[in-house]
Amino acid sequence: MNLRTQLVALLTLLRKEYTRVFRIWVQTIVPPAMTTALYFLIFGNLIGKRIGKMDGFDYAQFIAPGLIMMQVITNAYGNVVSSFFAAKMQRHLEEMLVAPMANWTIILGHAFGGVVRGLAVAATVTVVALFFTDLHVAHPFITLSVIVLTAFVFSLGGLINAVIAKSFDDVSIIPSFVLAPLSYLGGVFYSIALLPEFAQKISLLNPILYMVNAFRYGMLGVSDIDIGFAYAIIVAFAVGLFAFAMWLIRRGTGIRS
Amino acid sequence: MLALAVRNLVKTYPNGVQALRGVDLEVPEGDFFALLGPNGAGKTTLIGIVTSLVTKTSGTVEVFGSSIDTALEQAKAHVGVVPQEININYWDSVYNIVTTQAGFYGMTPRQARERAEACLEQLQLWDRRRDSGRELSGGMKRRLMIARALMHQPRLLILDEPTAGVDIEIRRSMWEFLREINAAGTTIILTTHYLEEAENLCRHVAIIDHGQIVERDDMASVLRKLHAETFVLNLREAISTAPVLSGYSVERVHDHEIEVEVTKDQDLNEVFAGLSAAGLHVVSMRNKSNRLEELFLRLTAREPAE
Repeated sequence: MNLRTQLVALLTLLRKEYTRVFRIWVQTIVPPAMTTALYFLIFGNLIGKRIGKMDGFDYAQFIAPGLIMMQVITNAYGNVVSSFFAAKMQRHLEEMLVAPMANWTIILGHAFGGVVRGLAVAATVTVVALFFTDLHVAHPFITLSVIVLTAFVFSLGGLINAVIAKSFDDVSIIPSFVLAPLSYLGGVFYSIALLPEFAQKISLLNPILYMVNAFRYGMLGVSDIDIGFAYAIIVAFAVGLFAFAMWLIRRGTGIRS
Repeated sequence: MLALAVRNLVKTYPNGVQALRGVDLEVPEGDFFALLGPNGAGKTTLIGIVTSLVTKTSGTVEVFGSSIDTALEQAKAHVGVVPQEININYWDSVYNIVTTQAGFYGMTPRQARERAEACLEQLQLWDRRRDSGRELSGGMKRRLMIARALMHQPRLLILDEPTAGVDIEIRRSMWEFLREINAAGTTIILTTHYLEEAENLCRHVAIIDHGQIVERDDMASVLRKLHAETFVLNLREAISTAPVLSGYSVERVHDHEIEVEVTKDQDLNEVFAGLSAAGLHVVSMRNKSNRLEELFLRLTAREPAE
């Protein structure tokens, strides 16, 4: 198929994905809003008032970018892993595999679906955050580009997880035992400047730290790390995961006999 | 032109099972072709390789001249497939299922809408277009999979057991429909357990067993190769033992019924004459199984397990 028909296939897949997201909005959009409201209520208002300022901002303001990013990461990943794995288990993934869709079309269609959910959740969570604190955007382009790139990275991660997964257990292990700890330890609730030196160095190995800080820089104008380096890390992950996903799909791992 | 050309195709699964052992197969354009074989013979693996759901170990496959090694997307664009297992999205509507599939083949939403109406009307599903996949009966799901496979107007339609579990009335209407699209130029490859279906619909047949093609010819020639047929005769008179007919194998089924095996160089008239001489009158007669089934069983007969 030529590029035009691949784009038609890509848009079809993207439409299928975002239709699913909005059709089951009670499962996809509402829970992150509820969770974030609780975080703001407990950490932002009740405990945050006792913490005082962090990096020159109210604690609720400080954690807002991190909470938004944490929900984007979780939901972008969860969207693709559940959509792709369900399609694999119900075998309607075969609709795509028998069609003349290029591997990149299948990967990008799912990943963009994850980005749409990530952005929809980010918008919803931002509205929730406004009930608890004042927000402003210091660098709109950085804010938007970091959130889109991060959603893309974790959508690819979800896709890879779903491709490799053989059971429902396999799709819950990474979110529970990898994503959650990395997110909580990725500077969502604190500046790493508060940590002892050795813990700061360990934290620098956490890719989510760069995403949270780049996003916080976009919104608040403050960051624990160099913004250029953060971009480089995010783009490197995007390219690396895309290449890995291409390799897996080309090999037929988990999807072809 | 050949719709499908398979050469020396081998598939060995990671667990060591050799599903295909050097299959050679050609299906000419416009044909209605039956691919038959017992369970586990390699039919679904062969179809899986042609549709890229299964990776081959070695050999070549070309669909209308496009190799799946060098022009996979082009080869896939020619093929529509109806798999053995139901593989629709149960949560999506009938209409979305077919239009989404059309989009995957590069059809614009407008083209997909127009084609969806035609395909769903043809398969008598237009009235159910808003229903989700889970709300359909088994026969409707099968028809939906055919409609989905036809959306992009494939030149080669592969049907893997399309009428399994479908009642006889719907099966016959599906036969009629398949005959029509074949007459309109679509090449069809059919696998089925209903050998009557293959005998009724198909012009050519290949029988696959243990991963190898054991017979491949036009249907009439294949049926001529049947050396013997078994007839069931109903008798007016009750019998306690099978009558003896010289040169024929006769078995008593019950008081009024016998089975007689008649080879190609024998004559049914001799059977009737012999029975008549024994004072027996034949009231009615039928084939024990259809002819293709008989040949199929003979060609794929397994040696007893050791």
